[in-house]
Amino acid sequence: MAATVTNPGPKVNRIGLPVLEYRGSKTTLCAGCGHNAISERIIDAMYEMGVQPERVMKLSGIGCSSKSPAYFMSRSHSFNSVHGRMPSVATGALLANKTMLGIGVSGDGDSASIGIGQFVHLMRRNLPMIYIIEDNGVYGLTKGQFSATADIGSKLKTGVVNDLPAIDTCSLAIQLGATFVGRSFSGDKRQLLTMLKAAIAHKGTVMLDVISPCVTFNDHEGSTRSYKYMQDHEEPVSEVGFVPVFEEIDVEYDAGTTFDVTMHDGSLLRLRKLHEDYNPTDRALAVKTLMESHEKGEVLTGVFYIDTQKAAFTDLLNLVDEPLATLPQERTRPSKQVLEEVMARLK
Amino acid sequence: MATTNAGAPSAQGETATAASPKPVTNDFSIQIATVNGSGSQSANSVLLRSIFAMGVPVSGKNLFPSNIAGLPTWFTIRASKYGYVARRKEIDILIAMNAETAREDILSLRPGAAAIYEETANLKQYRDDVTCYPVPFDKLTAAVCPEAKLRKLVKNMIYVGVAAQLLSIDMKAVEGALRMQFAKKQKAADLNWAAVEAGFNYAAQSLTKQDPFVLERMHATEGKIIIDGNAACALGAMFAGVTVVTWYPITPSSSVVEQLIDYLKKYRVEKDGKASFAVVQAEDELAAIGMVLGAGWAGARAMTSTSGPGISLMAEFTGLGYFAELPGVIFDIQRVGPSTGLPTRTAQADLLSIAFLSHGDTKHVMLLPGSVKECFEFAGAAFDLAEHLQTPIFVLSDLDLGMNNWMSDPFEYPDKPLNRGKILSAEQIEEMKKSGGWGRYQDRDGDAIPYRTLPGTDHPQAAYFTRGSGHNEKALYSERPEDYQNLMERLARKFETARTLVPAPVVVQTGQSKVGIIAFGTSDFAVTESRDQLKKEYGVEADYLRLRAWPFSREVRDFVASHERIYVVEQNRDAQMLSLLKLDLPAGETPKLRSVRHFNGLPIDARSVTDEIVLQEGI
Repeated sequence: MAATVTNPGPKVNRIGLPVLEYRGSKTTLCAGCGHNAISERIIDAMYEMGVQPERVMKLSGIGCSSKSPAYFMSRSHSFNSVHGRMPSVATGALLANKTMLGIGVSGDGDSASIGIGQFVHLMRRNLPMIYIIEDNGVYGLTKGQFSATADIGSKLKTGVVNDLPAIDTCSLAIQLGATFVGRSFSGDKRQLLTMLKAAIAHKGTVMLDVISPCVTFNDHEGSTRSYKYMQDHEEPVSEVGFVPVFEEIDVEYDAGTTFDVTMHDGSLLRLRKLHEDYNPTDRALAVKTLMESHEKGEVLTGVFYIDTQKAAFTDLLNLVDEPLATLPQERTRPSKQVLEEVMARLK
Repeated sequence: MATTNAGAPSAQGETATAASPKPVTNDFSIQIATVNGSGSQSANSVLLRSIFAMGVPVSGKNLFPSNIAGLPTWFTIRASKYGYVARRKEIDILIAMNAETAREDILSLRPGAAAIYEETANLKQYRDDVTCYPVPFDKLTAAVCPEAKLRKLVKNMIYVGVAAQLLSIDMKAVEGALRMQFAKKQKAADLNWAAVEAGFNYAAQSLTKQDPFVLERMHATEGKIIIDGNAACALGAMFAGVTVVTWYPITPSSSVVEQLIDYLKKYRVEKDGKASFAVVQAEDELAAIGMVLGAGWAGARAMTSTSGPGISLMAEFTGLGYFAELPGVIFDIQRVGPSTGLPTRTAQADLLSIAFLSHGDTKHVMLLPGSVKECFEFAGAAFDLAEHLQTPIFVLSDLDLGMNNWMSDPFEYPDKPLNRGKILSAEQIEEMKKSGGWGRYQDRDGDAIPYRTLPGTDHPQAAYFTRGSGHNEKALYSERPEDYQNLMERLARKFETARTLVPAPVVVQTGQSKVGIIAFGTSDFAVTESRDQLKKEYGVEADYLRLRAWPFSREVRDFVASHERIYVVEQNRDAQMLSLLKLDLPAGETPKLRSVRHFNGLPIDARSVTDEIVLQEGI
């Protein structure tokens, strides 16, 4: 019997899509920009989790970071809004259709300065979405001014030294009520991918601050957001493991060194302690750990805080199961009798 | 009160001791001067509704300070057998309950007016040409209300009783109104009714009617409702199927959403207890409009309600909404600006800032309701227009319309289904593949309105990228000069489409008159009355066009063309509507436009309009 040679075709994920279907337009960001690596990880995470691209809404503000939704998942609707105000657009969009997976991409200027008001309120509401800050400590599109996440003592290429304290978006998010908060590094493929996959399984606000060096304006000696600085100072607080609900759990659990968190969809987030005082369910401890590590000059990464119990904003509102956007008229316009009843009371 | 402009007492004026004057029936104004926070609102409402129940056309206006409690506030009730509901400058009956302003209040009355006041205030010393009715309010209150802490509230009902007796208000009508006011509080109703009766009995026994003002039963209010404009907007939004509501509290718009929440909770919670709506109190107006546009983009009928300062904050997002073509409805309950201005006083002064809100080339559709009924109807129209035109739509009410109670015919149930606009299904996208594929910003129908898709549409080509930066017909990023220019020209053409869809003006003309009046919104009440004054007193029959939207439809140009002089009546300093008209009319027509403006924070009155037109006409 002659052997038949079949073309196996491209590799596909669990919903039958090749990774190509998760790609976006060609990036226009600088070669080597950390943001491109983050887009790649988002593509990988969505592909590996088997998310239907049409079920995703991409949202962003303004800045280099906020351009990046164009560079992943072209089959998903996307909204590049105004500076610092993606949170409100995301809130509206998710209220209109809570069945969608929302992923927001912002930057440190977009979130920590002009958008800080909306940022804190989104965290406070625990709006179910993934909120990524691509954090490089500078404004890229306007040519390299400091942002509010730049560390004290960090130096610009021009020699200007930042003398104001950095806003720690992770501490803020934890204090304000986000239910999945972590930090990663665009250069740490494995950690970032794992955290993104867990983020997809979470229901509530996931706030990920991803250090993403700006190769053009903030990757030099003296910067605290350079690739070199991150290689020297990154300090993972935990090793992040993730087993999606559709895969078998085959690793043994060790209560002394590991936290297992069952996610909303049944997936498992496994956090192996690398720090002695690590407990990702203790908010106060998480904030304390962040502050202490910052004082030591470390850039702490990993999942800092997770709460799978707190109600997401869309649950608090007790909305109908279907998207509000497409409810039929019979359910959104009360009957003639209702109007007559209201009128009768006003007579 | 300081806000009336009546002249000083005239030496020839009637006095309290003059012979009984000819009765003035169903045509007078009552002003109740109180202290903010003293609980007079229920009493004023009962008085107003009693007159309404007697079948006499009535309107009420609350002139209140920006204050929780302690500052002076005035409530005026106008009864008019002619159906006039505009503010009237002259007060006929003063109920002076605020010791602090009592002297000024009585001094501002015209000769022949009447005043009811606490007897110890001895207001008679200031005026011998005003009929004075001193009443021992505190004594009467104490007698009916043993509980001291309730007396401040109950005292107000005494004046309702006194007024009822002096003005011949049917006590059955008063009781009906009072029981309605305290519908769920039997004890409070009984206590307050006792106070009304005490006031009535005191007046019957101790006061002698000397002023001419009386009420007689009519049948002009049968079948009518009483409602404030903000509640009417709220109802309109609910019956328009609103699903996402965002807001940030601001006077005078807060009660739009507060009343909407009440209605939605009552009528839009489904059998399983789940809500077919989401309401979010946002962190500010920047977020409120962002949520509206995000929700509109994702397919919801979304709205926010605000006032001037909120409009300013919404500017940048509104430009995005225009350029990225996002539906949304914004109610602006106008108040006096700029900045905080007079936050509890009325104006029509946000026209220009809204018409071109945001930077760059922008134009926004404005709907201009002129009654509570139109608040209801235009709220519905706004949602249809927003989704049909894919753009933010503004509904401009004002404090006068929004926060005061107005008589109206009952609202009619919408006879058209909701117009959700051009939204493509997966099947339609598939079908369009045969004709070159779908493009978000293509003008396929020649009306400049493109097709859109909603997130979640199950087709690999459904998605597109929404952005505030330059884009081509396929929604791809573009800085090409021709792409930008094409897009801007299409948006301008879309505005021309809007011109044909917005509510047309209401025109009243004889075909003979050389003089026309153009007004909109709450100026209508004054203009309606002023036209009668002009005719009766000066023999001038002025034609009238009431604008109901911007962009202006064709009728506006025709109306201007067919008159020699056009008076544009509006409640702002800078003749904002006149400016918009100038932009729209052929250059040869603009010299016809003359301006009648009113901008002291009080609702415009007919006499001011008449006097100004007479002056400019040189009559």
